[in-house]
Amino acid sequence: MKVLVAVKRVIDYNVKVRVKPDNSDVDLTNVKMAMNPFCEIAVEEAVQLKERGIVSEVVAVTVGPKAAQEQLRTALALGADRAIHLETDEVVESLGVAKLLKKVVEDEQPSLVLMGKQSIDTDNNQTGQMLSALMGWAQATFASKVAIEGDTATVEREIDGGLQTLSLNLPAVITTDLRLNEPRYAKLPDIMKAKKKPVDTRSVADLGVDIAPRVELVRVELPTERQEGVRVGSVDELVDKLKNEAKVI
Amino acid sequence: MATLIFAEHQDGALDPATARVVAGAKALGEPIDVVLMGHQIDGAARQAAEIDGVSRVLVADNEAYQHVLAENVSKVLVELSGEYTHLLASASTTGKNVLPRVAALKDVSPLTDVIAIESSDTFRRPIYAGSAIATVKSLDTLKIVSLRATAFEPAGQQSAASIEPVTVVEVSTTSRFVSEARPEGERPELTSAGVVVSGGRGMGNGENFKLLEAVADKLGAAIGASRAAVDAGYVPNDMQVGQTGKIVAPELYIAVGISGSIQHLAGMKDSRVIVAINNDDEAPIFRVADYGLVGDLFEVLPELAQKL
Ligand SMILES: Cc1cc2nc3c(=O)[nH]c(=O)nc-3n(C[C@H](O)[C@H](O)[C@H](O)COP(=O)(O)OP(=O)(O)OC[C@H]3O[C@@H](n4cnc5c(N)ncnc54)[C@H](O)[C@@H]3O)c2cc1C
Ligand SMILES: Nc1ncnc2c1ncn2[C@@H]1O[C@H](COP(=O)(O)O)[C@@H](O)[C@H]1O
Repeated sequence: MKVLVAVKRVIDYNVKVRVKPDNSDVDLTNVKMAMNPFCEIAVEEAVQLKERGIVSEVVAVTVGPKAAQEQLRTALALGADRAIHLETDEVVESLGVAKLLKKVVEDEQPSLVLMGKQSIDTDNNQTGQMLSALMGWAQATFASKVAIEGDTATVEREIDGGLQTLSLNLPAVITTDLRLNEPRYAKLPDIMKAKKKPVDTRSVADLGVDIAPRVELVRVELPTERQEGVRVGSVDELVDKLKNEAKVI
Repeated sequence: MATLIFAEHQDGALDPATARVVAGAKALGEPIDVVLMGHQIDGAARQAAEIDGVSRVLVADNEAYQHVLAENVSKVLVELSGEYTHLLASASTTGKNVLPRVAALKDVSPLTDVIAIESSDTFRRPIYAGSAIATVKSLDTLKIVSLRATAFEPAGQQSAASIEPVTVVEVSTTSRFVSEARPEGERPELTSAGVVVSGGRGMGNGENFKLLEAVADKLGAAIGASRAAVDAGYVPNDMQVGQTGKIVAPELYIAVGISGSIQHLAGMKDSRVIVAINNDDEAPIFRVADYGLVGDLFEVLPELAQKL
């Protein structure tokens, strides 16, 4: 069976975000970029399913600028077999990404689509659910355990109250949570090999999908920063401050 | 023109976040309907009807909705949404599971985790783990928005609004509920607690969380954790506070053995008073703390429990 993994190029999670002086957006010039951490987990899961003999082919896909090819190469180095790059310099919203991915799904007919639960730039947490809905498929978001048997996937999900287990008919969309697995690092020989793996690049403009923005970015600003408070020298002093100064206990 | 709020319930009781979402929705200045989906949820429906500002409560009571599977409930919401300009929910795992599905089916670009409603089409939401706040304007006719409940004060009470059944039944067979494990605690719920005491990797192991419990007992506090503590298996996942865990904003947040990564701060930096207890004088958590105590948590926690 075939698995499609959607990966997104985002700011590296260690980088401190700057806002442009005119408040039009965040400033990403000369900022280190990487694969969204939740997408790394999705790639790892797909590769592990292949290693366990459940999956025969792993296809990575991204929607993004030319530079997003780097993240596809990373996916290939981690074990994906081939990649599809839907290239565009436009900012594409989740709805547009879901529609573009639907096209790819219709072409590729995977039994499973693995995605991250959330991009760490927009913090949207929606594209997987949207693709699933557009396909009329089952979904399991926030997965912390996935077991596949025949044409069913049993997925444990992280929910606010604890853990929920669902059984899905395949094909389905599963989005990954942090504890699903620990992504491996790409080894140098694999990075070299990945350079020879096929990447099919298509221009988004040629796909006939409406990706016109539905949300206008009006303004981006820094949140009001908290002021650093004081150091207390002892537990007694802490208790006193909480009681008599902050009045919270 | 009206607003529809998709509300949650647990063990027959209404999710307390609902009153906060209703309060947020009032800024839209339209009549507010609340829809509940589940099985045998009359009690929760009555609670919803008594939230100040609610015009009508719609109840879709069917065994098929018992576990609020996204495939089922999203279809009902699609059916109902025709009469509304706004569909809101709490930005909980359930809200986030369901609303984007409705949005895709309605060809709408949804907005997640909104913290302020500026006007009927303009909203504010944190991006990049709360490192920036975006003001965004939705161009869709139907706005589909999840609200971060902690950003809104709960609405008060009123005499009960009308409760009406929803007759549409949409059952999907593509997914089935298998089981659910909800750790039962005596403690207040993390996202609505007035005091939260959280432990990080510095706690060393799960057993040591007993030290935090002793402090939490004295304060009637909920207990949270950093991702590192959850990943290491010290405590269950539903205790994780942060960008990708729960967002809390209590009166008092005590961070113990937590370094203060941007991802953790994203989940707690709107707390009113923050206390940090850490043996590393340089730990970034001190930069957001109102009161910082540099010390070994294994000495500080027992003393704190005793002196509270
Ligand atoms: C995509 C992504 C999402 C993430 N989401 C989250 C999230 O939602 N929530 C979250 O918390 N993290 C999240 N993280 C992880 C985050 O980056 C940090 O790794 C994590 O918060 C660190 O947890 P910690 O502070 O407990 O551990 P550490 O950074 O290891 O800090 C431990 C602290 O304990 C102190 N300490 C040790 N021993 C003692 C002692 N005896 N007494 C007192 N102090 C002591 C140390 O000085 C240190 O400051 C995410 C990361 C990624 C990449
Ligand atoms: N531009 C994109 N290209 C490929 N996959 C994407 C893109 N945007 C989002 N995704 C996928 O959707 C997941 C959730 O993203 P989001 O809904 O934006 O938070 C990501 O982890 C990816 O798997």
